[in-house]
Amino acid sequence: MADDIVLLSTWPSMFGMRVGVALAEKGLKYEYREEDLRNKSPLLLNMNPVHKKIPVLIHNGKPISESMIIVEYIDGVWNHKSPLLPTDPYQRAQARFWADFVDKKLYDIGKKIIWSTKGEEHETGKKEFIECLKLLQRELGDKPYFGGENFGFVDVSLVTFSCWFHTFESYGNFSVETECPKLIAWTKRCLEKESVSSSLADPHKIHDFASGVRKRLGIE
Amino acid sequence: MAEEVKLFGSWASPYTSRVKVVLKLKGIEYENVEEDLSNKSPLLLKYNPIHKKVPVFLHHGKPIAESLIIIEYIDETWKHNPILPIDPYDRAMARFWAKFIDEKIQPAVWKTLLAGENEREAAIEEAHQLLKTLERELNGKKFFGGESLGFLDVAGNVVVWLEVSQEALGMNLLDKEKFPILHEWCQRVLDDDAFKQVMPPKEKLLAFTRARFEAFLGPK
Repeated sequence: MADDIVLLSTWPSMFGMRVGVALAEKGLKYEYREEDLRNKSPLLLNMNPVHKKIPVLIHNGKPISESMIIVEYIDGVWNHKSPLLPTDPYQRAQARFWADFVDKKLYDIGKKIIWSTKGEEHETGKKEFIECLKLLQRELGDKPYFGGENFGFVDVSLVTFSCWFHTFESYGNFSVETECPKLIAWTKRCLEKESVSSSLADPHKIHDFASGVRKRLGIE
Repeated sequence: MAEEVKLFGSWASPYTSRVKVVLKLKGIEYENVEEDLSNKSPLLLKYNPIHKKVPVFLHHGKPIAESLIIIEYIDETWKHNPILPIDPYDRAMARFWAKFIDEKIQPAVWKTLLAGENEREAAIEEAHQLLKTLERELNGKKFFGGESLGFLDVAGNVVVWLEVSQEALGMNLLDKEKFPILHEWCQRVLDDDAFKQVMPPKEKLLAFTRARFEAFLGPK
């Protein structure tokens, strides 16, 4: 019996894109439904009543929320193809740690760069953001991917932020390539994969989107 | 061999306690390294340079940080008495609710303690709503894990600690009249053998909690 898979998301969300990448890695067919976050669908509110957020994956009618929990679920169910987590428990722990680091740090710090109007918070945000990227670059080392020879869990968690880099750079007035050249090389390597290039949004469209939100918030 | 397994932690940290409970449930011998959190050891800082926090788990000399990640590692390495459910969907749900506890309930509880006069009512209401949402998840079960303690019961220890220590803070956030089901679950957890052996003595915990908050907020 074919699996019924639905993804509720919004096109600029780096969290929603992670799920898209994971589904593509596994070669899964699914229905994508674009949500309007200012007018959330009854389905979204029903499937994620606790947080009312995207992304939500609905597999055979059962919902799962929180992007990396969804990715780990996908990896667990469709474990015959393109494993995202390694098999060794220590390496799995390290992968979960770094994906957790991306989640805990990058989004909240990045927000200070794009949505903050206060000068000091903006400057702190930029410094912390670059520091985080440098830590991640160090973790990558000389490996082709965070997962080693193969694209994996941490790669999924971070690569979707890359289409937002242009926006962070523009509002933060810095260059990721100058600060972290190996990370940009890694981004390009990931984009060579169909699962990544087909799931990530265009960086210029993201910038336009952010600009639109900033205008609406009165900070542009 | 006990020498191969070490836990860097603090007796007053519920996050450290989570790992201790799981080690007890699985009958794993380990060396306990008590950290003074006001004067962290060079070893702790070496093993967790990113977050510099307890607990840190050391197995065969390799460190793992973040309590829930440590627990998943332990569960995958010592496979008897599984803590996480086997079914991928149930695992996703357990992880979702553990994240809810750490990222929603904990900060909300803190907010009620730090809130000024004007914000306290709203902060308490928010915390109550979150606790109610968690309570509903018990759904007639003895434990979140079913008949015995599971991942979410262990992650939920912060709620148990709240119930025990809230009187030291002059509050009754987890009011047993408002949360009869959660209250009963707390009692069952406190009565569990593994949990009992790991839980710090009540008076010691109350004294510590009182002192810590007086240091934070100034004496009442």
